[in-house]
Amino acid sequence: MQNLSFEAVVLPHLDAAHNLARWLMRDGEAAEDVVQEAVVRALTYFPSFRGANPRGWLLQIVRNTAYNSMKLNRGIHMVPIATGAEDDEAALPELRSTDDDPETSLIRARDRGQVRQLIGALPVELRETLVLRELEELSYKEIAEVTRTPIGTVMSRLWRARRLLVQTATAQRVAS
Amino acid sequence: MSDQHGCDMVLLVQAEFDGELDAAQAARLSAHRSECAVCQAAGTDLARARALVRPELYQPAPDDLRERVLARLRTAGEASAPQRRGQRRFAGWRPPAFGFGLGAACAAAVMLLVLSPAEQSLTEQVVAGHVRALQPGHLEDVPSTDQHTVKPWFDGRLDFAPPVRDLAGAGFPLKGGRLDYIGGRPVAALVYQRDKHIIDLFIWPAGSTTAPAPIGSERNGYNVVHWVQDGMNFWAVSDVEQNQLRDFSAVWRHAS
Repeated sequence: MQNLSFEAVVLPHLDAAHNLARWLMRDGEAAEDVVQEAVVRALTYFPSFRGANPRGWLLQIVRNTAYNSMKLNRGIHMVPIATGAEDDEAALPELRSTDDDPETSLIRARDRGQVRQLIGALPVELRETLVLRELEELSYKEIAEVTRTPIGTVMSRLWRARRLLVQTATAQRVAS
Repeated sequence: MSDQHGCDMVLLVQAEFDGELDAAQAARLSAHRSECAVCQAAGTDLARARALVRPELYQPAPDDLRERVLARLRTAGEASAPQRRGQRRFAGWRPPAFGFGLGAACAAAVMLLVLSPAEQSLTEQVVAGHVRALQPGHLEDVPSTDQHTVKPWFDGRLDFAPPVRDLAGAGFPLKGGRLDYIGGRPVAALVYQRDKHIIDLFIWPAGSTTAPAPIGSERNGYNVVHWVQDGMNFWAVSDVEQNQLRDFSAVWRHAS
C-alpha cells in the first residue's frame, strides 16, 4: 500500500467524502470546505495509513473534520436563513395537501426534497449512521470504525434513525 | 411503528435485513419471528425506511470541488517535496470559510451539545478504542511477542517512535501492536495479556514532559490508567481490576 499514491487512494472516494460531509453539515459550502480540509489532513496522516480500507479511513477523517467545524462554530449564534434560492429542496415540506388519497400523499412524502428534510432533521449521530448504511452501503463494522462507535450502538442508532424517519414521514401524511 | 422495546429481537430483524446475520442466527430469528407480531411489523418498517432513502439522495462531489482538490494536491506536492511532512506545508491553505453555511453549521452544532464525539473525553475514546480492538481480527496489526519486532513496525507509520517493552517477566507478556486513532491523531497501541485479559496501552507524544502521578478511572466497566512519562502520554485500558492495571502502570514506568 505504501506504493500507492495519495491521489490514487483518496480521489476514488471523494464522492463518499462529500456525501458524508454534505449530510453532516447540511450546507453545500460548508460541506465543500470540510472535504478540502479533510483531504489536507489525510495527506498529513497518509504516512501512517495502512491501506486496509481507504474509504473508511477517509470518511473517518471527514467526519472528524466536520465535527470540529461544527464545534468551532458553536459559540456563534445565528438563525439559519432560508433563502430558498440556494437550494429549492431546502424549502419547508408542503404539509397541507388538497388531495386526501393516502397513496398520493405517500408518494408526495417520498418526494426527494421532503425526505431530505426529514433526514436532515434527525439528530446527527442517527443521521450519519443512516447515511453511511443506506447511501454509502457500509457494513455495521465499517460504520463502527468510521464513527468510532461500538457495533451494538451502531445497530440501535440505525434502528432509531429508521424508526424516526418512518414515523415523521407517516406523520406528514396524516397531517395532510 | 413498532416499539423498540416491544421485542429485543428487532435489532436481529434489522441485522438480517441488512445482510449482517449468519445462518445460525437467521435460523434462530426465523423460528422466533413466525410467532412475534413486533418482529413482523419491524420487517415492514425497515422496508419502508429503505424505500424512503432513495439513491438519488446521494450527494456526489461537484466537479469544481474535485478540481480544487486536485489543484490543491499538486500545489502541496510541489511545495513540500523538499520539506518534511507537517503543518507548514499547508500555510497557504485557505482556512475553511463558513459564510452562508454558518447558520446550518450552528443548527447542527446545537445538536452536538447532546452527544458529540468531539466532547468525548479521552477516557471514553481510549475505552472505545479498546472495545473496538477486541472485535475479532482487530487486536494487532503486528502480532509478535518480540519488542524488537513490534518497535520497528511503527517506523514510518507514525511521526514519533513509541517505546515498546515486553513485560513478560512481570506477568504482562507483550502480544503485539497496532495503529489506532485517539484525540484526532494516529497513536500507537501496544497489546498486553494478563491471564485471560487484554490490556491496551495507547501511546502518543505529550505536550509537556511533566509526569503527573498515574490517574485511574473507570468507564463502562473498563479501567483506565493514564500517566505521562518521557514526553509521551500513556493510557492503559483493560477489564482487569484497577489495582492490577496500576501494577501494570508501575511495572511499565520502572522498566527500561
